[in-house]
This record gives sequence, C-alpha cells and structure tokens, in this order.
Amino acid sequence: MNENKPICLSAKGVTKIFGVGQHKMRAVDNVNMDLYVGEVVSIVGESGSGKTTLAKILLGLTKETEGEIYFLGQKRDLRGGKRKKEYWKNIQAIFQDPFSSFNTFNKIDSVLLDCIKLRGDGGLPKEKKIELMKEACGFVNLKFEELTNKYPFELSGGQQQRLMIARIFLLKPKILVADEPTSMIDACSRATILDYLMQLRNEVGMTVIFITHDIGLAYYVSDTVYIMEHGKIVESGSADRVILHPQEAYTRRLISDVPKIHEPWDLSTV
Amino acid sequence: MANVVLEVKDLTTKYITRYKEDVYAVDHVSLKVEEGKSLGIAGESGCGKSTLALSLMGYYFPPLYYTSGEIIIDGLNISGMPADEVRRTILGKEIAYIPQAAMNALNPTRRIINFIEDVVKAHHPDTSKQEIYDLARERFALLGLPEDVLQKYPVELSGGMKQRTVIAISVILGPKILIADEPSSALDVTSQKMVIKMLRDLMDGGHIKAMIFITHELPLLYNVTDQIMVMYAGQLVELAGAHEAVFDPLHPYSKGLMGSIIVPEEGLRSAKLTAIPGTPPNLKNPPSGCRFAERCKYVRPECKAISVPLQESYGDRAYRCIIPEAELRGIYANERE
Repeated sequence: MNENKPICLSAKGVTKIFGVGQHKMRAVDNVNMDLYVGEVVSIVGESGSGKTTLAKILLGLTKETEGEIYFLGQKRDLRGGKRKKEYWKNIQAIFQDPFSSFNTFNKIDSVLLDCIKLRGDGGLPKEKKIELMKEACGFVNLKFEELTNKYPFELSGGQQQRLMIARIFLLKPKILVADEPTSMIDACSRATILDYLMQLRNEVGMTVIFITHDIGLAYYVSDTVYIMEHGKIVESGSADRVILHPQEAYTRRLISDVPKIHEPWDLSTV
Repeated sequence: MANVVLEVKDLTTKYITRYKEDVYAVDHVSLKVEEGKSLGIAGESGCGKSTLALSLMGYYFPPLYYTSGEIIIDGLNISGMPADEVRRTILGKEIAYIPQAAMNALNPTRRIINFIEDVVKAHHPDTSKQEIYDLARERFALLGLPEDVLQKYPVELSGGMKQRTVIAISVILGPKILIADEPSSALDVTSQKMVIKMLRDLMDGGHIKAMIFITHELPLLYNVTDQIMVMYAGQLVELAGAHEAVFDPLHPYSKGLMGSIIVPEEGLRSAKLTAIPGTPPNLKNPPSGCRFAERCKYVRPECKAISVPLQESYGDRAYRCIIPEAELRGIYANERE
C-alpha cells in the first residue's frame, strides 16, 4: 500500500533465542518486516508473545541471535559506542512505565538538555537552548518554568509521558518505537497522549512503531498492523483488513476477546 | 423492589496529610446496589475511585479517616465501627475486596491452600484441614480453576491465573458483596476475559449477591455492569444505567469520557477522539462551585459561584450540572451536526 515510499527499516529473518540447551526459547522467531517512511505500524500480541523483545531488537538494545536489520537500505552495524549513538539519533523510544523511564537523579531541564546535546546542538548559546526546551514543553502543554527545578518523580504519570514526547520533539528521530505508551495511564489521558504523538508524527514525518496489546488503539492509530503469536508474525496487513476482516483464527480470537460497545461480548468462548 | 445489598448515604471520608491538611477524597457520595446487580465506577486516576472502595468496606486506617455518612450492608449499619471489629466480622464475610495489585498480594513462600486456610480459620477457627480442602476443591472446580493450583506456589502461576486465584480465595466465605478494584488492568485481553467470566459466574451462581467494579476502561464497564457511576474529584457526577451512561451521557465530564473510548469497531478511525483538556483540581482546596468548571466546554459564569447539587432525572439517573437536562441534550445534538 505504501510501495512507492522508500523503506525506512526492514528486518530480515530476525530471531532471538533466550536460554541454552533444552531451555531454549525462541522469543522472536524469523520475523520479516518492511517499514516505510512515515508509516504508523502496530505490533499487537498477548503478554509473552515477544513484541517487546522485537522492539528492543529494532532499537538496538538487545542483540538478535540471527537475521539482519537494514536501516535506510544499509545493513545496521552497532559495534562500538559511536555507531550506537549515531543510530539512536535516528531511532528513539517511549516506554511503558513512565515512572521508570527517567533517571531519578536528573532534573527535568537536564533531561531535555541531554537531548539537545545528543542531536549535536550542545554548542548553542544558553538562551537558544532554553528557547528550544520551552518550545518542546509548549508542544505537549507543559510549562517549562514550572519544571526546571523539579525531578521526574514529582510529575504525574501523564505528565511524565508528555515529557517523554517533548524529548522526542527535540530529537526529531526518523523512527519512534512506542512500547505500550498508554497502558499505564487512564483512558482519559490516553486520548491526550495519542493526540500529541500523532501531531508530532505529522510534524516530523517519522515512522512510528506501536507495540501494544490494545487492539482498539492499534486500529485507531496505525496504517499497518502485525499480529504476533509466540514470536511469529501470524498476520499482517492494513489496519482495516486485519482488524475488521481477520483471516487467521488467532487474530479472530484475539479480536473477539476485546470488549466492544456496539457488538455483544460473548463470554462463553473462553 | 429488590433487596438492597449495599446502601451508602452521604459518605464522606478524608485523608489527613503530613501537614495536617484535610483532603476529602470521597465527598458526600450516596449509592445503592440491589441484589443481583453490579455497579461500575468510572473516572480518571486520582478521582477517588479506589478511596471510595476502601471507604465502602468501613475499614479505615491512617491516613484515611471516616468523617460522616452511613454504610449499610444488608441491613447492618457498619459506619463508625472500629477497624478491628470490621476486620473480624465484616471483611471476607460480608464484603470482599480485590485490590488493584491482587497479583502481588500472595506471599511467594506459601502454597495457595495455605492462604485459604488462613482466611477460613480467621473466621471459623474450629474448621478442620480436610473440610477446608474439600471446600476449596469444590469452589475451585465450580469456578473452572484446576485443582492442582491449590498445591502450587504463587510464582508457578501466570498473571491471569494468579488474579483468578485471588478472586476465588476472597469469595471463599461467601461474602454478600464483592468490590473489584481494577481486577484486569494488568492483564491482556484473553486473561481479562477469563477474569470477567469468573466474576459473572460468581454472580450467576449466587456466591456473591452484588458486585462493585472499578475501572477506567469504559468498554469493559459497559459489558460487565448494570449501572455506571462516574466520579470526578471525589464527587459523584453521574449515575445511570450502563447503556445510557455510554450512549447518552448527561454530564459534560461523562460526555468527554465517553468520547475517549477506543474499541476495534468500524467507524472508529473516522471518529475523532476527544480529550478533555486540563487536569483535575487539587482536592486540598477544591473550587467552591462546580469542580469540573475549569475544564468544561459549556461553562457558565454561575458555575463557579454556586455549589452544584446532584439533580435527579428519570428512573435512577442523576447528574451534577446546573444546565437543565433538556438544554444539555440540545447542546449535544447541535454538536453532532
């Protein structure tokens, strides 16, 4: 569907095996995926299906056992700190638990300052840096003046998640991996977080990978949906196709397990 | 008129902070749960849902204090009862509570059967081990849990299984009412469905007479409960049947909440999610008028001046807004067009 767009990130036969001998566990099993520039992709699966491991591999936080990852047509090479740093300028993440995503000892302005340094603007004059930070905080409706002397734990979960988005706004990566960005916050703030993420995506034009077990969310935000079961991708395609007209039995079961409001929820099929 | 299992009249409870400030986290809440019915409580984080659940049990320990109001469980008034007595005579027997982190509530060094022994022995000290085992086995079979779970340690169970085990243990004495505080928010959809099925079975099998279900997941609430109560900043802002609360909310806050529902159904992608701007007020010094006024789209000058009473509507419905019902409906209808 996005065939005319260039490929941003692609995984070829990516496998991750944990454990040795008889305790071998294939957490991610021969995953192939092509992500196009500007596309929003969701990886959906139950707990333990390997979606977070896959996200970590894409991020370069975990090394894959087999397979290759191509970033903008080039085979990814993460040997050495310099190459990693360069890679992380292009790919950034938002994690599930906002309360543990920040270093507790760093004040919020230094969190944002680090982002400016990472993107290579460390040499700017101080006023310019503050202006940049203000702009980023303004984007997510936080007041920079109130934040400067605070530590991350003094903010609520929703505010921390918004601060995370402000970081992404400063870094403007090519790819964003959002690992369950809304599962720890309530349904009302969820809409706010999604709004900011989608605005940011439109502004920066980045590729977003959502890792989620919330099928409704995947359907709402994404162009393409991948369904994962036991480390394998069992079904993929456009969101409308996969969610509304699922082909695989597993996908159908997963979707029938979600409580809906216009259709009856059949409890007898557990 | 069906038998009322739980009746709460004007319940107010407060937290006293370290700096001796009073925070009224549950502010004049009245509710009624009839036999065979379930009540859902919805609202943002920090609106007082969990505090209300704790207060309903009558089991207060600092920093939570009882201020005023009445709690009547099946004709028995437990308001003002000392915490110790509540623990011995009410908890587990009359009212059972499943906390949010129920999965972490099990001591990892003990087997599941030991927890059941504890619960039963605390209330009926002269029960023999064999009797307890038979009771547990029978109850587990009834709820579709495998018998070998009884001899296992908590770490050997999956998250969904642990949650269901905790529910089974908490209702072993046949309490009249079960309070479930976000029992499924840490589970994936399939385990969630199993937990909900189990709660339904408990209701249908007559093991519990009524249920209070707390969550912020509205589609879930809609499917599980008969009545939905929306809370905002410690107050009840809307009470309605599940269907009306979701499809025909009256209070602007409930309206906003219902606009943030995400379900994988046709038409969702074209619908715009509505987020409510702003944050809830600080309950240390709540605004004098309507507490939602700061964030309300339809705010009027008089909203901030007078305290808004709960307005009765037809049937069991009630909402807390100064705009009359017909006018509110008119505003919403205009918005749709």
